[in-house]
Amino acid sequence: MIQKLADWIVFSLFGIDATSHLGKALNFFLYDTTKILILLFFISIIMGIINAYFPIERLRNYLLSKKMYGLDYLLASIFGAITPFCSCSSIPLFIGFVKGGIPLGVTFAYLITSPLVNEVAVAMFIGSFGLKITAIYVASGILLGVVGGFILGKMNLRPLLSDWVKQIQIDQNAETQQFEAENTSFLERLPSIVNDAWKIVKGVIIYVIIGIAIGAVMHGYVPEGFFQEYLAANKWYAVPAAVILAVPMYANAAAIVPVIDVFVAKGIPLGTAIAFMMAVVGLSLPEATLLKKVMTLKLIGIFFGVITLFIIISGIFFNIIL
Amino acid sequence: MEIKILGSGCAKCKSLYEITKQAVEALGIEANLVKEEDMMKIISYNVMRTPAIVIDEKVVSQGKEHTVESAKKLIQSLL
Repeated sequence: MIQKLADWIVFSLFGIDATSHLGKALNFFLYDTTKILILLFFISIIMGIINAYFPIERLRNYLLSKKMYGLDYLLASIFGAITPFCSCSSIPLFIGFVKGGIPLGVTFAYLITSPLVNEVAVAMFIGSFGLKITAIYVASGILLGVVGGFILGKMNLRPLLSDWVKQIQIDQNAETQQFEAENTSFLERLPSIVNDAWKIVKGVIIYVIIGIAIGAVMHGYVPEGFFQEYLAANKWYAVPAAVILAVPMYANAAAIVPVIDVFVAKGIPLGTAIAFMMAVVGLSLPEATLLKKVMTLKLIGIFFGVITLFIIISGIFFNIIL
Repeated sequence: MEIKILGSGCAKCKSLYEITKQAVEALGIEANLVKEEDMMKIISYNVMRTPAIVIDEKVVSQGKEHTVESAKKLIQSLL
């Protein structure tokens, strides 16, 4: 339906030749932008509903009250995926977890997955690569949190926290009662959830347009197989190079996915592309600066190092199996 | 009453401060509005999601954006 609309606008309304570069690029742009914004809106609503009923405080209380035998890593990671990530919230959240006595590794599992799998990335992935690739991306993001968190948890990193964080007393009882006891019905909550979803869409709309515009231009003009020569799967350094290049980059998922989409269409292996995406979205310098408030530089280095390594491994793995 | 907006200076926190200010003015009540950006103090309220609203030392909202209307309602419920 969206395709028909885009066809009609570009080819009939504007009267641009359907076989021309301009026609193709414009059509691709219109179709993708519309589709992705609609997707983003609905995914944000679904995540909003989940978050309204399972706030992060509830997860923490749950993790504290039950013995989980390793399942806590998975739970924390899944929660990281479904909660909207806001970098300004990551410090209070980190403290809230540590203070409650949740193991550092479980806290890391959450911290790893939270930026990696978010509503914007998921919407962009479905729109650009389809459901199957999105499922792979989400599953590997969650797995990365579990494995990364588990390994970091085994490393005895508590001494590397900032001094003031170490001094925080573990106090499990002080705050469990602090729930927002909202007894509002679903229908009463829906308007504010829809409103929040709309805000998310409005916040990234410009990046989606820029990303897709760049993608559309490349889509129409870059010849097939163009990148194959330089970043093919058979070169061993392709994945590590892509990931290391991506770590210091801090691009909005909304702007980067459409570009990656074109890279893949023109010959870059999917595993390399996914690894690149994960490194761009999951690890960034602004995040590191924030984390400096609660961790020593050494700990941030270990944290980023472990994740980088696992992203590289998963990229190579995907290149083999996909 | 004393109203504190907790948040480490992100865009959402700033917008919540403005919205709360408008809500207080619209209600025409006497309230001392404070912007709390010190991370240590924010943490002392056991808040895990910012921005948060603290009214008379009690956390009444966290991790949520408000409209002037919903902020008014929230304040009124505690008057």
